[in-house]
Amino acid sequence: MNNLLTTGPFAVGLSHFLTVGAIMFTLGIFGIFLNRKNLIVIMMSIELMLLAVNINLVAFSSFLGDLVGQVFTMLVLTVAAAEAAIGLAIVVVFYRNRRSIEVEDINEMKG
Amino acid sequence: MFSFLTPAVPEIFMAISAMVLLLAGVFREKDSTNILSWLTVAVMAVAAFLILNMKGSGTAFNDLFVVNAFTSFAKVLTLIGAGLTLLLINSWAHSENAARFELPIIVLFSTIGMMMMISANDLIALYLGIELQSLPLYVLAAYRRDNVRSTEAGVKYFVLGALASGMLLYGSSLVYGFGGTTTFDGLATAIKGGPDSLGIIIGVVFVIAGLAFKVSAAPFHMWTPDVYEGAPTPITAFFSVAPKVAALCLFLRVLVGPFASMIEQWQQVIVLISILSMLWGSVAAITQKSIKRLMAYSSIGHVGYALIGLAVGNEEGARGLLFYLLIYVFMNVGTFAVIMSMRVKGKYVEQISDLAGLAKHNPLMAAALAALMFSMAGIPPLAGFLGKFYIFVAAVNAGFVPLAVVGLLASVIGAFYYIRIIKLVYFDEATVQFDKPGLLTGTLMGASSILMLVYFVYPAQLVSGAETAAKALFLG
Repeated sequence: MNNLLTTGPFAVGLSHFLTVGAIMFTLGIFGIFLNRKNLIVIMMSIELMLLAVNINLVAFSSFLGDLVGQVFTMLVLTVAAAEAAIGLAIVVVFYRNRRSIEVEDINEMKG
Repeated sequence: MFSFLTPAVPEIFMAISAMVLLLAGVFREKDSTNILSWLTVAVMAVAAFLILNMKGSGTAFNDLFVVNAFTSFAKVLTLIGAGLTLLLINSWAHSENAARFELPIIVLFSTIGMMMMISANDLIALYLGIELQSLPLYVLAAYRRDNVRSTEAGVKYFVLGALASGMLLYGSSLVYGFGGTTTFDGLATAIKGGPDSLGIIIGVVFVIAGLAFKVSAAPFHMWTPDVYEGAPTPITAFFSVAPKVAALCLFLRVLVGPFASMIEQWQQVIVLISILSMLWGSVAAITQKSIKRLMAYSSIGHVGYALIGLAVGNEEGARGLLFYLLIYVFMNVGTFAVIMSMRVKGKYVEQISDLAGLAKHNPLMAAALAALMFSMAGIPPLAGFLGKFYIFVAAVNAGFVPLAVVGLLASVIGAFYYIRIIKLVYFDEATVQFDKPGLLTGTLMGASSILMLVYFVYPAQLVSGAETAAKALFLG
C-alpha cells in the first residue's frame, strides 16, 4: 500500500473524511432551515444528514480498526429507509388534504 | 439456556404480543379496536408486573441492554402513562368514528421503543430505541389522515424529529470516533480523567441537542405547540406523558453514566436549557387561547423544572427528577381527561374560554380541574408543590441557588395562567354547556385530582421508590 492516496502531499487522512462529513451535515441542516420551497427537498436534506453521519462512522471505523462503526452504519441505513417510508406516507396524506407540499403552505397552525 | 435474555423478558413479551395482536387485528373481520386496546393495556400491565418482579440488576445482549432499579422505575412509570392514555385514546376513537385496529398497536410499538431507550447501554441501542419510539409517534400525530391540522402536525413532527435524530446521530459518531467505543461502560472508562479532545465535547453537545429536542426543552421546543395542537387530543396526552418520561430518564442515564466525568462541560449547557425552558414555558403560555397549546407550553415549563434535577447532577437531583416525573404523569393524565370532557353536543371544543362558568353546571369537573391546576402551579400542599420542592431543595443543597431562584420566579409567572383558568371556571358566566363526561374520563380526572389533593398525607412510599432508583443509577 504505497500509492499517492496514502503517502505524500495528497494523502487522504481521517480529517479529510471528517471535513466532508461536516460539510454534508451542515448542508443538510441548512437545507432544512433555509429551504422555502418543497417538502421533498427537506426529506432529501434529512437523508443527506444521515449520510454525512455514515461517512463519519465508516471513516472512524476504518481508522480505529474497529468494526462497530460499520455495524452502526448498517443499522443507520436500515432506520433511514424506514424513516423515509414513514415520512413519504405522511407527506402523501398531507398532500391529499392540502393539495400542495410547498413549505409556505404548511401554515395551518401558528403561535 | 436462554438465561442471557432474562433481563429483556418484558420487552420481548411486549414485542411478541404486539405482533400477535397485529395479526389478530388483520384476521378478524369486524372492527376490533376496542378489544385490541384493552388487550394492549393488559400486555402493558403484564410487562409492568414482570418488571416489578425483577430483582437486582443485570444486562442482556452483550451488555447492550441493562436493567436495574432505575430502569425498572422509569419503565413502570412509562407503562402507567402509556396505559392510561391508551384508555383515553380508545374511548376517543370510538366517539369520533376514528377507530382502526392499528391504533393501539402503534402505541404499543412506540412504548416498546421507550422501554428500549430507557435500558440502552450503548449508543447503537440508544439510537435504535429512540427511532422505534419516534417513528410510531409521527404516525400517531398524523392519525386523522383526513384532517389538515392533524397531517400538518405529522409533517412538522416528522421533519423536526428527524432533524433531532440526525443531530443525535452525528454526536454519537463523534463520540464513537474520539472515544473509541460505543458502549456506555467503555466510554465511561475511556474519558475517566476528563475528555482529552475537543471532538468528544462537540459530540456530547450534539447528543444533548438531539435529546433536548425529544424532551421538547427550549430552545429546541418549536415543534411542541404545533404538534400538540394539531394532533388528536388523547394522542397529545400520550405525547405529553410517556415519551417525556422515557426521554428524560434516558437523558439522565446518558449524562450521569458514560459522560459523568464531563460534568463540568455539560452542566452549564443543561443549566441554560433548563432556565430557558422554565421561563419560555411560563411566559409564552400567557397569551394562548387553545387549551392544547397551553398544555404544550406547560409541558415545556415542566421539562425545565425536571432538568434542574439533571443539572445538579447528583443523587438528590436524580431523585427529585424521578419524583417530579411521577407527579407530572398523573397530573397530566388528569388534565387531559378534563380536556377530553370538553364536549358540546358530541363535538370536542378546545378554547380556554369554553371553560367559563364550568363550576355552575358541572361542579365536580370544575373541582377536579381546580385541584389539577393548583397542583400544576405548585401551590402547597398539593402534589405538584412537593415535586418542585424536592427539585429546588436538591438545587440549593448543591449550591445552585440562582437556578432555584429562577425556577421559583418562573413558577410564579406560570401560576398566573393556571390560576386564570380557575378564575374562568369559578367566576365567569357560562357560554356553553358541556356534555356529561364519560365513565372513563370521569374516573381518571377524579382519581388523579384526589391523588394530587391527598398525596401530602403519605408521600414516603413513592419518594422511597424514586430514592432507590436514583441510588441504582449512581451505582453504575
